[in-house]
Amino acid sequence: MCQTCGCAISPGNAHLTVAAEGGRGPVIEVLQDLLAANDRVAMHNREHFDQYGVLAINLMSSPGAGKTALLEATIVALRGRYRIAVIEGDLETDNDAARIRAHGVAAVQITTGTACHLDAHLVHRALHELPLEGLDLLFIENVGNLVCPASFDLGQHRNVVLLCVTEGDDKPAKYPVMFRAADLVALSKSDLLDVLDDFDPERAADALHALGGETPMLRTAARRAPEIGSWLAWLERELAERRIPAQAPRQEGVATVAV
Amino acid sequence: MTPVAMREAIVHELSVCQALLAQVAEIAAAHGASAVARVTVEVGPLSGVEPFLLANAFEVASTGSCAAGAALSIETSAVVIGCLICGTESQVRPNRLLCAACGGYRTRVIRGDELRLCRVELQVQTAPRLQTA
Repeated sequence: MCQTCGCAISPGNAHLTVAAEGGRGPVIEVLQDLLAANDRVAMHNREHFDQYGVLAINLMSSPGAGKTALLEATIVALRGRYRIAVIEGDLETDNDAARIRAHGVAAVQITTGTACHLDAHLVHRALHELPLEGLDLLFIENVGNLVCPASFDLGQHRNVVLLCVTEGDDKPAKYPVMFRAADLVALSKSDLLDVLDDFDPERAADALHALGGETPMLRTAARRAPEIGSWLAWLERELAERRIPAQAPRQEGVATVAV
Repeated sequence: MTPVAMREAIVHELSVCQALLAQVAEIAAAHGASAVARVTVEVGPLSGVEPFLLANAFEVASTGSCAAGAALSIETSAVVIGCLICGTESQVRPNRLLCAACGGYRTRVIRGDELRLCRVELQVQTAPRLQTA
């Protein structure tokens, strides 16, 4: 009997599972996912987001790939159109949450201490400090780490993985678990491609393609004169799919460069 | 792996072990057993968990629990994908999930991303509890 089909073994029938071999104890077949408890909380989080009509995005990357900077540029670009909040995850400091709050956006900082990833339970606790009423878009900026965060469902609707052009263009091949989990890969700091001679976006796209599926890849540049047009277009498509309307129409004359 | 990366990796596997031991403790308690002889888990190459580190973390995490001293068996599998274009099932490398027959990229993982508790072998100490109705 297994744990997953609901036919729980009770003290009344436990003796039926005792192995006949002398000295050896009963062997209980289980077949249960180790992360089942996390997944249950994640499902609860997702239901919470759906109840309030909020699109939740889990943002992951190596440390320093530009997650917070991309969020800052996004907040500026979408101001007045969508109501945004952010959950930040770091081992220490609330530097990233402070940067977000400086733009007038609500941000809750989770400091994990030594944990190298966020999990659904931590996000659930953070949501107690972040009312979802009136929100359109919630970003969860995960701990900078290309390994562990991929394994933990937080209840998000979409995973976005940043690959910075200063990293190797073979990263998707080196970190298949993370890049396979991505619904979108953004090549960040792409304005630096002009001065780099060792990052080939085509090679990165091939390595991503080799993981199966049709995960799209686009470019972003979040600093100075931000070029995040295709990223904003992807976000707006995702919001439209969830029937989350913009509060104000896109202004004429505002340049959004498609990259 | 650098010492820092190793420490970070063990912390990751430790949190997975905590989930594992919680399930093991629940099963042991349900059967009135206070000790566990063997725990068998299945860890696929695409699970994000490294078997060697999981074994190390298990030794640390199981101390003082009902699974202290228990053997940990880790079953691994190969990565097998099914092609959504030609239907072929093929065994592939974890970072190359393309169909071995037609080279197609529209594939789904059939085996290889498991992270499962398979079975728990309890230590016999007393006869199992029998409850009369």
